[in-house]
Amino acid sequence: MSGKLKIRVDQDKCQGHARCKSLAPELFDLDEFGNAHEVGDGSVPAGLEDKAWLAQTNCPEIAIEVTEE
Amino acid sequence: MSDSVSMMPEHPPVTDWVNDFDHTDPAWTENPFPIWDELRNECPVVHTERFLGCYLPTTYQAVKEIAYDTEHFSSRRVVVRDVRPEVRRNAAPPITSDPPEHKPAKQLLLPPFTPDAMKKLEPRVRAICNELIDEFIADGQCDAAARYTKHVPVRAIAHMLGIPEGDGELFVKWIHMLLELSIKDESKGAQAYQEMTGYFAGHIEHRKAQPTDDLISTLMKARDKDGQPLEDSQVLGSLALLLIAGIDTTWSAIGSSLWHLANTPADRDRLIAEPELMPSAIEEFLRAYSPVTMAREVMKETTISGCPVKPGNMVLLSFPAANRDPAMFPDADKVVIDRKENRHAAFGLGIHRCVGSNLARMEMTVAIEEWLKRIPDFRLDPAGKVTWSEGTVRGPRQLPVLFGKKN
Repeated sequence: MSGKLKIRVDQDKCQGHARCKSLAPELFDLDEFGNAHEVGDGSVPAGLEDKAWLAQTNCPEIAIEVTEE
Repeated sequence: MSDSVSMMPEHPPVTDWVNDFDHTDPAWTENPFPIWDELRNECPVVHTERFLGCYLPTTYQAVKEIAYDTEHFSSRRVVVRDVRPEVRRNAAPPITSDPPEHKPAKQLLLPPFTPDAMKKLEPRVRAICNELIDEFIADGQCDAAARYTKHVPVRAIAHMLGIPEGDGELFVKWIHMLLELSIKDESKGAQAYQEMTGYFAGHIEHRKAQPTDDLISTLMKARDKDGQPLEDSQVLGSLALLLIAGIDTTWSAIGSSLWHLANTPADRDRLIAEPELMPSAIEEFLRAYSPVTMAREVMKETTISGCPVKPGNMVLLSFPAANRDPAMFPDADKVVIDRKENRHAAFGLGIHRCVGSNLARMEMTVAIEEWLKRIPDFRLDPAGKVTWSEGTVRGPRQLPVLFGKKN
């Protein structure tokens, strides 16, 4: 059985393309400049795993890390 | 057949693309994709003696390396031209800025262009699209580039800046002079820049007496980290950038999308039947028909993807070619409107990510949605001719289409 997923946006890499917010609005938020960060502590609620991976694979800057706990 | 701006005599037709490429050659303007494939198979970075020396990275990897490397590559010149006129300070910050000036100049412009800000603008853009369609739908046909795709971004950015939407033809003229004619005749660029800054200077004066809540006033009210207002030249430069960068580009992106849909009834029917595919379709149109090719100037010798790169040369930073690299995108030459993984670089990579990317996406989405609602069936007019813009921004400039099902 696979563990729970956790996401993290690398603030040095994020350039505000906002693809993650568009694909997984439950998991990402944007600041006043449009740069992304994970919601809460980055824990991915059950059922949203696919959206986490989708956001990760569409970030042009490869700024999103997805790890299995 | 291309009928874009005719070649000046000093640009002989290209016969050897690998050693003598020219992004203003009619063959490139008409259909650049096979040229990029040929060059990519040859080398990740090719060079031409034209334009006083210029490199072209052809792979996603090489484009990315250059976009991330602000130490060896400067943004002080962002258009590849025949000549290298003196660099203007505050030409169009932040697109023409390098670190450390880049970040503060960019941060000023980011808040008005967030996705949330775009949501507030969306109803106006939807209304603009319908006002435009009302003007030609009864004709059963139109030149979609001249009557529709051009006006959507012109009116939207005018609305944001707080200048009359009706001044659009003026903006389009300046942009044509700056981005196309100036490649071979720098005086055209200088003239357009002068006219444009004169135009904005008038609007700035007006706001000094009567402040407004538009983007011009936002820039006028901005303060730097020392609490000082921006220099007039920076305000004018950033306004010029927003106008230049916000029009041709999105005009092209909407136009290429409609061109594709006119040519591909299966994708059109699928988008109408499955509107939830619109976001991935928009990303795929951005990948496959990326309109914008930027430039850099080589400041220090380095190597890119193993190829030596020397100062004194420009770089044609082709995000469109990167987005067609099969090493990065499976079936790179096919338009797959439900593509799942799409790290395309249409809005650039690294610190110069397009400040208007959220605006462009919203305009594209709304323009295609409203068109498909009102004109679900359309096709290229066989009696007309599609023409494409030359050089820095690629998109249809004539797009004659007929409405309704083919008889």
